[in-house]
Amino acid sequence: MNVPLNVKNRLQQKRKKDHDRTLKIGKSNNIKLLSFPYIIWMAGFIIIPLFMILYYGLTNKNKHITLENITLISNPINQKALLLALELALISTVICLLLAYPLALILRKSHKRNNSFIVLIMILPMWMNFLLRTIAWQNILEKTGVLNNILSLLNLPTLNIINTPTAIVLGMVYNFLPFMVLPIYNVLVKIDKDVINAARDLGANGWQTFAKIILPLSIPGVISGITMVFVPALTTFVISTILGGSKIVLIGNVIEQQFRLGNWHTGSGLSLVLMVFILLSMAILSKYDKESEGSHIW
Amino acid sequence: MTDNKLINLINISKAYGETVVLDDLNLYIRENEFLTLLGPSGCGKTTTLRIIGGFETPDQGKVIFEGKDISKLAPNERQLNTVFQKYALFNHMTIAENIAFGLKIKKKSKNYINDKIKYALKLVNLEGFENRMPDSLSGGQQQRIAIARAIVNEPKVLLLDEPLGALDLKLRQDMQYELIRLKNELGITFIYVTHDQEEALTMSDTIVVMNQGYIQQVGTPEDIYNEPKNAFVADFIGDSNIIASTMVEDKVVNILGTNFPCVDTGFGKNKPVDIVIRPEDIDLVKPEEGIITGRVTSLIFKGVHYEMEVMANGHAWLVHSTDLFPVGDEVGIKVDPFDIQIMHKPTSEDEEAVELEE
Repeated sequence: MNVPLNVKNRLQQKRKKDHDRTLKIGKSNNIKLLSFPYIIWMAGFIIIPLFMILYYGLTNKNKHITLENITLISNPINQKALLLALELALISTVICLLLAYPLALILRKSHKRNNSFIVLIMILPMWMNFLLRTIAWQNILEKTGVLNNILSLLNLPTLNIINTPTAIVLGMVYNFLPFMVLPIYNVLVKIDKDVINAARDLGANGWQTFAKIILPLSIPGVISGITMVFVPALTTFVISTILGGSKIVLIGNVIEQQFRLGNWHTGSGLSLVLMVFILLSMAILSKYDKESEGSHIW
Repeated sequence: MTDNKLINLINISKAYGETVVLDDLNLYIRENEFLTLLGPSGCGKTTTLRIIGGFETPDQGKVIFEGKDISKLAPNERQLNTVFQKYALFNHMTIAENIAFGLKIKKKSKNYINDKIKYALKLVNLEGFENRMPDSLSGGQQQRIAIARAIVNEPKVLLLDEPLGALDLKLRQDMQYELIRLKNELGITFIYVTHDQEEALTMSDTIVVMNQGYIQQVGTPEDIYNEPKNAFVADFIGDSNIIASTMVEDKVVNILGTNFPCVDTGFGKNKPVDIVIRPEDIDLVKPEEGIITGRVTSLIFKGVHYEMEVMANGHAWLVHSTDLFPVGDEVGIKVDPFDIQIMHKPTSEDEEAVELEE
């Protein structure tokens, strides 16, 4: 062996490095394996169904490609259902935002120990089944329900809320409010207190500090809050069925009915239209949303 | 620097729950002074600064600014600006918008604001950075922007809360000189908070050494270094040999069983005291020439000097010298009388902290 010593050393070092590298790759492969169950889940229950909707939406019973399922949206009943769904979802989102933002601000300011209590109260209803919660609202709002019983006991005029759009909005706001509060709260607590102090220090009063510093910095949270309220509100059919009765039909109800009647093609076609609206709203929102906040609560 | 008292803190106390952070603090800051609040973490220095800035309200006491009580004013109503420890730049705004923030709120004209932005960026050596975002700047650059953002408002006082704490050593030293230059160019008062004694000695006109909510000593850097009032100050500022000793009589102190001549008088006879001798004030000489003799036990090369430890009279003496004495050598220790600083011994922990203002 007349290989010079330093060359030999270098060779050994290189071999060791290669060895380390293979070790590292092996490790990251192991970690990737862990995600396998989820990938199967995602493929089976999200990706494939999506393609099935796409297929059914663009074909008719004779398996011919057609756009008639999609153009069904221009049918006056469907159009009305879509517009009403958009309107109610929008109203609910705005109300959620108006309720959630001040609450998130209060949470940010209040003491940590009180915080977890308020958050607990917020989250507590979410531990109960979504259907149960909505049916409870039905019982409260019914003509002879809890609310009207109390009102007549106090000799006040009774209210007719059940089976109106108001009842649906109420149900949506009640169910989706936490999804607005949490992402906004999350961005607000991340704002460094000294950034706010700096604004005050530079002469801004409370309102100016809010308008120029806190609000702009909280936009990502607001955006994800809006997404997480608007999308489920737009697509819901459970809340409108339970609190809206049979008279008020949202696009979600139309699609549900079509699937129930076995019209998979029509249902899928209308779903695709709805999906376009959702993607459109997400695209508009994501323009403002650089880093996605609040996704961790899922 | 004039004798005009710009800010006067009177009997300031502050507690968070059970923890007393400041207890009956009195301090004044002169116009055009570079004053540094120096102390370990939790000594109350940052709280003092935040009380001046208006971010904390004192439980008791008053903050007087130009003769007026400003204790109850909000930060935006005070004529001073703060540079925060972690820069606290507005990340959603460009550098120019950051600097213009205070001016826009004061509704200054566009031309005025643009001139000011240019001037401030030139002052902190970051010309041409107007349209960059804070994220794209290094820590040192961000800190300079934070300073620029504060000084465009022409405050009478600039409060700086450990502004160099997050920077690396070389950058920190550069920024120290930069801050001194800025202070001289602007001709305003700086109140500076740091735990770094070297930083304090380099930049300050006046150093306020604090510990556990009390002021330990107020003085020029030279005063604080050469004549520390107590063991805490001596220990906190620089390396030192602090030894419990006895004042035999005027101008004679007994250190570890040997009488040393010193220059201090008025301590009484046979009174226990603490003495401090700076490591660079100890002369190592031949054994027969020293007041006491000892043996070198360790030797470290520090660049500017050697750091040695000499075991003598049962005490490990820390010595800085440019002369090298190898480990194991027997050496004599000599100290000039005026290099021995005599300090009253605290009789209790309370007294250690109280009433050093005179």
